[in-house]
Amino acid sequence: MIADTQNNQRPLTERPILETPFFESYKHLIQNDRYQEWSGYTTLESFACEGQEYFAVRNTCGVYDLCPMIKYDISGPDAERYMNRLVTRDVRKVVPKRVAYSLWCDDNGHVIEDGTVFRFSANQFRLCCAERQIDWLMDSAIGYDVAISDVTEDIAGLAVQGPISCTILKKMGFAGIEALKPFQLQHFSLDGCEVMVSRTGFTGDLGYELWIGAERAKKLWESLFAAGQPYGIRMIGSTALDMLRIEAGLMQVGDEFMSCLQTVRLGRDRTPFELGLDWLVDLEKGHFNGRRALLAARTKGLKRKLVGLDIDWNKQADGALIYSSEDAKRQIGEVTSALWSPTLKQNIALAFIDAPWFEGEQEMWAEIYLHRECMWERKMFRCRVTRKPFYSPERRTLTPPNDM
Amino acid sequence: MAQRYQNIVIGGGHNGLTCAAGLARAGQSVLVLEAAEDIGGAARTREFAPGARVSACAHLLHAMPADLAVELDLAGNGLDYAAQDMRTVSLSESGETIVLHGSTAQGKAVSEADAAAYARFNEDMQRFAKALRPVFEDIAPELSIETWRQRLTLLGLGLRVRRLGRFHMRELLRIIGMNLYDLLDEYFESTQLKGAIAMDALLGGEWGARSMGSVLTYLYRVAGYQRNGGIGVALPKGGMGAVSGALVGAARAAGAEIRTGARVTQILVENDRAAGVELDSGERLDADCVISNADPKQTFLKLVSVDHLDTGFVRQIKNLRSSGKAAKLHLLLEGAPRFKGVEESGLGSRLIIAPGMDEIELAFNPSKYREYPAAPVLEITVPSASDSSLAPQGQHVVSAVVQYVPYDDSPDEDANRAAFLETVLDQLERYAPGIRGQVLAAELLTPRDIEREFGISGGHWHHVELVFESFLFNRPIPALAQHQAPIAGLYLCGAGCHPGGNVMGIAGRNAAQQVLKGGH
Ligand SMILES: Cc1cc2nc3c(=O)[nH]c(=O)nc-3n(C[C@H](O)[C@H](O)[C@H](O)COP(=O)(O)OP(=O)(O)OC[C@H]3O[C@@H](n4cnc5c(N)ncnc54)[C@H](O)[C@@H]3O)c2cc1C
Repeated sequence: MIADTQNNQRPLTERPILETPFFESYKHLIQNDRYQEWSGYTTLESFACEGQEYFAVRNTCGVYDLCPMIKYDISGPDAERYMNRLVTRDVRKVVPKRVAYSLWCDDNGHVIEDGTVFRFSANQFRLCCAERQIDWLMDSAIGYDVAISDVTEDIAGLAVQGPISCTILKKMGFAGIEALKPFQLQHFSLDGCEVMVSRTGFTGDLGYELWIGAERAKKLWESLFAAGQPYGIRMIGSTALDMLRIEAGLMQVGDEFMSCLQTVRLGRDRTPFELGLDWLVDLEKGHFNGRRALLAARTKGLKRKLVGLDIDWNKQADGALIYSSEDAKRQIGEVTSALWSPTLKQNIALAFIDAPWFEGEQEMWAEIYLHRECMWERKMFRCRVTRKPFYSPERRTLTPPNDM
Repeated sequence: MAQRYQNIVIGGGHNGLTCAAGLARAGQSVLVLEAAEDIGGAARTREFAPGARVSACAHLLHAMPADLAVELDLAGNGLDYAAQDMRTVSLSESGETIVLHGSTAQGKAVSEADAAAYARFNEDMQRFAKALRPVFEDIAPELSIETWRQRLTLLGLGLRVRRLGRFHMRELLRIIGMNLYDLLDEYFESTQLKGAIAMDALLGGEWGARSMGSVLTYLYRVAGYQRNGGIGVALPKGGMGAVSGALVGAARAAGAEIRTGARVTQILVENDRAAGVELDSGERLDADCVISNADPKQTFLKLVSVDHLDTGFVRQIKNLRSSGKAAKLHLLLEGAPRFKGVEESGLGSRLIIAPGMDEIELAFNPSKYREYPAAPVLEITVPSASDSSLAPQGQHVVSAVVQYVPYDDSPDEDANRAAFLETVLDQLERYAPGIRGQVLAAELLTPRDIEREFGISGGHWHHVELVFESFLFNRPIPALAQHQAPIAGLYLCGAGCHPGGNVMGIAGRNAAQQVLKGGH
């Protein structure tokens, strides 16, 4: 049932950490050797300066190499039923040429991961996510007539994000791209070769993701950077991306939650409700993995919830514990991701907060450790629950986007 | 509009019938739908050659709770015994037999020390089986301590074990996970004696004397003897079908309807509730509750659409072990067989061919690799010796369980079966010279045949392997341990449930209790 790609069939010893199909193209831009492994690939934390990379996305255009994203193609007569049972959203409502952000849960209603579901046609889907899921996907296929194949190595992807992204793509010859609405996808031709473009991203900004056969990756990168050069297009690394996604209030597996297939400690699993993602769960669509457990969880009520925090002062609250009072007698939560937001000039964080504090009506304090000239200092700062996304510019959803 | 039932039971095996009787007696409407033309599932009598009738699958009754038989008035509904409290005779090629009866072991091969050890062994096992009685009979406790009821159930079980006293409690905890091979070595000298005892623990399973947990399955057997009201090992008059017949009588008397030749193809689910069933004829029948006597694999991988089930659940069901290892041999003989060391008056015994535990293991080994044993071990009955209605005048029928026969779905299945029948007859010939020449008709049902004829996945005696990891709150899987499926209104009542297989009706009775408790 699973068609493995050639790379997967090579013995492991012959495949140390892989380079993405774009690596050769952007190698000359790497200035500081800050590498990071991500699902078997060499990726970059930053190319030169993460601040500049961050501002490229907010002001012009930043490009992130998406190749290590895990991609599964799911097709067959039962593909829609299969997907609808797998994920928490109603896949029947995702019409062909649309993309849907979604979650999938185990039997206990605990989140395995989040990712995007691409629907190409009635019977063809692609699932994109950060971690490998093949065993869960294959087990989920018991009883369905579907074929699942891992196309991670076959498809190269670039996220092209920022206010000028649309302009650059138009320059590249993607005529009509401005009509593409958020979460829509469309196929374009680049020198006779097909490129799929989806209006998706992980930055909370105007942006697109470009997908092409891995063997054509070089061509795509060159055309993109040729078109974007006059606009200051630049490659960005994962540090900048992380800043962007925190401002956008987007959670990340491994930071906000652990996949329930990997947790070992009791109480570390999370339901979609705890993650504040009720809107992704369609309890009315019929059965899906975890639905019965989620119905029960909903009746029981929430013990904790992921919320956005606004913290006094300007010291980033990484890993801070949250207390109900300044004397830190009762811990009521903890920060999962924190950022001094360059755009908002605000000290923001994503945090798990216990009931009833997550309602935001009571006082809360963050305990922040500061490392100053080789000494640790502990400070308590007031913080409050705030609206997520922290930053959401109009251009994120504006169609057509402003021509720059 | 078609009639709507409160309950539909899929399958008229003895557990389905017991469950139906229980529900009907509580005043509920029940319809039993049995795929086969004949009722009873693996507890059925049928003719395999003109005038020759045998228990087609299960042949010895030994585990049915006496109170269940009374409750359902099985005697009043026609159940009688052709033989009770049967002796177990271990055969040998030399003719030196060992006879086991109650707590005595007799025979030339039984030393004085062994005879004493057998009495002691019996006493110990009786004690342990008694302490574990709720484990073998009650609805499995939930593996959770969230409610007081759950806590008390688990605590109660602990207390029963504690009440054995420090010495016996420690001994039980020491042996419970052990293999029988080592335990019997601790008690006995005689190879043949150990082989005969071991068979009690091994019949039906994909495990040998050396397999972990074989002490548990031995106690499972002993617990059956303790609750059966003193019938010991018994032959129902007219074969095992008589048990099912009596259950049909009880169920019908209480108002249950029973239809045969009605194969369910789908369990209908609406709004996340069982809503009824569809038959192969296309007919749809509505019910508030659907209770499946079919094995868990069939129920959840074939009858329920996977759309209604969670991935983890389906994975667990698919991974259940259910590869049957017991075959059934039926012979029609022109006269009484002459087993070495057994008088004709002894033919009413349960005859064992298992010269020792090593021989059992050696027979088990090939079956692990889907091969047939060269020297099979057997449990043999000659029911016509106690029940003349089963065979034409002067002739005899033999009904034997041939243990460790692989589930064979290879293209060579038919040839393999024919060749293995010869192997079995050769083995019999060694213990009953001349028996080959007496055979008028022979039939061998392999696990694959049993799957086909009785609708049991893998043809497994217990529907699902009776092993530690699939016992009590794990049987067949944790999510089904209290009979109730994750889909509201859907229940399981067959041997795949706790406590497991054998003709005893416990799973059926407990399931009925859960359905009644669950309300509609
Ligand atoms: C070879 C062998 C020998 C055995 N010997 C003994 C013995 O001597 N003593 C003993 O106590 N136990 C013995 N057993 C075990 C015993 O037979 C079983 O454990 C017991 O009969 C199981 O009963 P049940 O009612 O749970 O299931 P079953 O008897 O399997 O009944 C299930 C019923 O459901 C029906 N069914 C299945 N699917 C459908 C469907 N889709 N639609 C409608 N109906 C359906 C089947 O036709 C069947 O009638 C033996 C087993 C085997 C295999």
